[in-house]
Amino acid sequence: MPDYSWPPMDKRRVIGKRTSRLDGTAKASGKAKYSSDLNPPGLLQAALLTSPHAHAKVKSIDTSAAEKMDGVTAVRVMSKPGTEIQWAGTEIAVVAATSEAIARDAVRAIKVEYEVLPHVVREDNLASVGNRAKPAGEQVTGDPDAAFKAADAVSENLYSMPVITHCCLEPHGQVIAMSADKVNYWPSTQAVSTVGGDIARSLEIPAANVHVQMDYMGGGFGSKFPSDKWGSESALLSKASGGKPVKLFLDRATELTIAGTRPSAFAKVKIGAKKDGTIVAWQSDSWSSGGFGGGGMPPIPYVFTKIPNYRLNHTAVSLNAGSARAWRAPNNPQASFLTCSALDDLAAKLKMDPLNLFLKNVDITIRPDTYRAQLSKAAEIIEWKKNWRPRGENASGHIRRGLGIGISTWGGAGHASKARTTIHPDGSVEVELASQDLGSGTRTVIAMVAAETLGLPLSMIKVKIGDSNYPVSGPSGGSTTVGGVSSSTRKAAMNALQKLFDVVGPSISAPPDRLEAIDGKIRMIGNPDKGLSWQQACQKLGVNTISEMGENDPKRTEGLNTGGASGIQMADVSVDIETGIVKMNKLVAVQDCGLVINPKTAESQVLGACIMSVCSALMEERVMDQQTGRVLNADMEFYKLAGIGDIGDIVVHMDITPENDKRGIIGLGEPPAIAGVAAIANAVANAIGVRVPSIPLSPNRVLAALNGRRNA
Amino acid sequence: MSSKKDPENPIKPASGFSRRGFIRGVGLSGGALGTGLLEQQEAQAAPAASLAGPAAAPITLQINGKPYKASVEPRETLLDTMRNHLDLTAAKRVCDRGTCGACTVIMSGKVVYSCTVLAMDAQGKELQTLEGIAEKNHPIIAAFVANDAQQCGYCTPGFVVSSKNFLDRHPNPTYEEVKKGLGGNLCRCGTYMGIRQAVVDAGKQLKGGRNA
Repeated sequence: MPDYSWPPMDKRRVIGKRTSRLDGTAKASGKAKYSSDLNPPGLLQAALLTSPHAHAKVKSIDTSAAEKMDGVTAVRVMSKPGTEIQWAGTEIAVVAATSEAIARDAVRAIKVEYEVLPHVVREDNLASVGNRAKPAGEQVTGDPDAAFKAADAVSENLYSMPVITHCCLEPHGQVIAMSADKVNYWPSTQAVSTVGGDIARSLEIPAANVHVQMDYMGGGFGSKFPSDKWGSESALLSKASGGKPVKLFLDRATELTIAGTRPSAFAKVKIGAKKDGTIVAWQSDSWSSGGFGGGGMPPIPYVFTKIPNYRLNHTAVSLNAGSARAWRAPNNPQASFLTCSALDDLAAKLKMDPLNLFLKNVDITIRPDTYRAQLSKAAEIIEWKKNWRPRGENASGHIRRGLGIGISTWGGAGHASKARTTIHPDGSVEVELASQDLGSGTRTVIAMVAAETLGLPLSMIKVKIGDSNYPVSGPSGGSTTVGGVSSSTRKAAMNALQKLFDVVGPSISAPPDRLEAIDGKIRMIGNPDKGLSWQQACQKLGVNTISEMGENDPKRTEGLNTGGASGIQMADVSVDIETGIVKMNKLVAVQDCGLVINPKTAESQVLGACIMSVCSALMEERVMDQQTGRVLNADMEFYKLAGIGDIGDIVVHMDITPENDKRGIIGLGEPPAIAGVAAIANAVANAIGVRVPSIPLSPNRVLAALNGRRNA
Repeated sequence: MSSKKDPENPIKPASGFSRRGFIRGVGLSGGALGTGLLEQQEAQAAPAASLAGPAAAPITLQINGKPYKASVEPRETLLDTMRNHLDLTAAKRVCDRGTCGACTVIMSGKVVYSCTVLAMDAQGKELQTLEGIAEKNHPIIAAFVANDAQQCGYCTPGFVVSSKNFLDRHPNPTYEEVKKGLGGNLCRCGTYMGIRQAVVDAGKQLKGGRNA
């Protein structure tokens, strides 16, 4: 069996080099075709009718007027009479027509009678949710009551983060065509290899009858794994319309209402410490909602998991609101915010520099040495010693400046992945995987690994992904993709190369196991003059191609990839105490990593995660209206995202070192998306001298906190 | 409907000829009403958008220097017309309400959100889309690639068009100018650091003479 291990750092020619993404020009010139861009011949457009009520029973539905309209080809009821609707935005019916305008007109012509039922859509006041609260039971370790009594300082506060949405710019949806029991499916998905089986189950057809293709997708962040009801219903509309392809992508309001959320997190946290800052006790009463299913328990205390005495109580709240989906590092940003806020408030109570308090307690974290080093590094970059002042003491007129710390941890080992590498007699190389590039640079990483392994320039490698006919590679979630596809590609390419060596060896009188592929040549190890160019070597294949598989088995990664990434982020903000506006000066991310295939796109992952954290910390909130039961800001005007002028400066530091390199690849999607909110919230508390307990740190909340009011 | 980005300059009727302006002109010069000129001018102004609808009517749009014909209803936006009728899909439909900038195109030299322009109102205007900018190999595209100013790429076409137009008006900009100039576009993946650098880099290149 060949040695698949990564080549030594100093011998690499492609891996580790800052490489521009291979599909960059296609995307930046508008040539990249996303599934939502496809206009196959005969295309029909579909539109959804959704429930205006958060909780209701469908009494009757009349689609006759819609069916009679010119241009309407099919109408399907998705919530039959008798169905109990549990959130506004639930799909009621769907129409296919020859144009979008007609489909929308037809939706308006459908008559639905509802029996409206009482709803609960807000969880901020736990006392008012009644029987929607489902306590998860108490967990106790040690003797928290005695520990709090013995503590020199105890800090107690209520902190909260609201539900936010994924707000993918390309909405959820697909183009789909169904004839008889065969389906051609062009979704916007994070799961090319599994979404076909998913829709096949809904349609009750064999999974083998579904062909999934997707070249580009416009953002998922954890919300685009399932095929969803609108997928299978669009297929059935197609079938009812003579097999013509049907396009249905959610409109923006529906996207923000039903296509995924991140659960909220509320917690009363009590934390106790000795005079020197050593944490001795933790108690939290937390609650959260991820929609009707409840859910979303943040893992607190976060990272500082070895607090000797603690008591945890969590309550899940079921709301009549759109359901949660995985959101970049599920439950971790919330846990980081709750924990780091409590630590920061404790430091203030002890009149201690929070950096010293974090450092004092690294021994009760899961990776003391890493966090100690990262805290020091981040402090150095943000010039903590020079810039930090006790709370509220860094003032210049009505501007207050502050610094804050956030912490993170994540897994990120590679998922199950199979790859096929094909070498053609003309020297061209293909690598095929049923994977997907969410914008994280997966295509480029696959090409880099193949090029490195085969000793070829990147331009020689053709990467083929986004098609369910290729070898099965896992969905992209949990930071598992780069580890998975790199490892399977490495093995497939190496297996193919061995076959080529077997053919080439005899022709140059060299034993195949003494050959190497380097700089576009196959040559003898230690005798660089003895060899052939890649093209000459491949010509020896005659009319045959070499096609070899490689597999990453998460149970046996053979050192190619692993999990376990720590991170520290530090924020520097200025707050205008007259307007309440928080301005980002700087966000510093010190991100743990393993072997980094492409530092350029890896860095982009960290930068992007930091910017998403700015959005979440300062702007994002799904606002529910208890009166109507609807999302009040299901648009992009009032569901706020940061713009290019809102983010300040962002500094990324990754330790790409021989020591870390030995760990193998660690995924970087989730890890940097965790600590930013905590860092920014702590920086604001440091700046203005009081805690703003609720995220987002909008001007009204900042002003309310300054005025000593809890709620804005 | 007028573009948010161009509030002081409402969109003029399709032909560039307005009835009110014409009658005002007649009033000043006098006598034309009796000469048959009015009918003649009206005929030349066809197909007048104000008379079309509610059914679909034929229109011609001048996009990237080429005429494109389509049959659209008066309510169809320029964005939907490009995407659904003309297979010009670089501009993306994201917010569909004039907020995010993913549908940005250049109309008569100014950036507009094509989701807030009616297709019929875009007749007679010079339209430039990312497809046209890409044909000319504008250096902003290479700068986006070199600076990794994109991830999923769905906001990217809008950003590239806005950047191109911004650079036309602000050669060699500073970071601060870029932040203000591109405030009308939103990205979800978080690519602003790369975009900022890409626009500054492209500005330097343009100042060097290419495409200036």
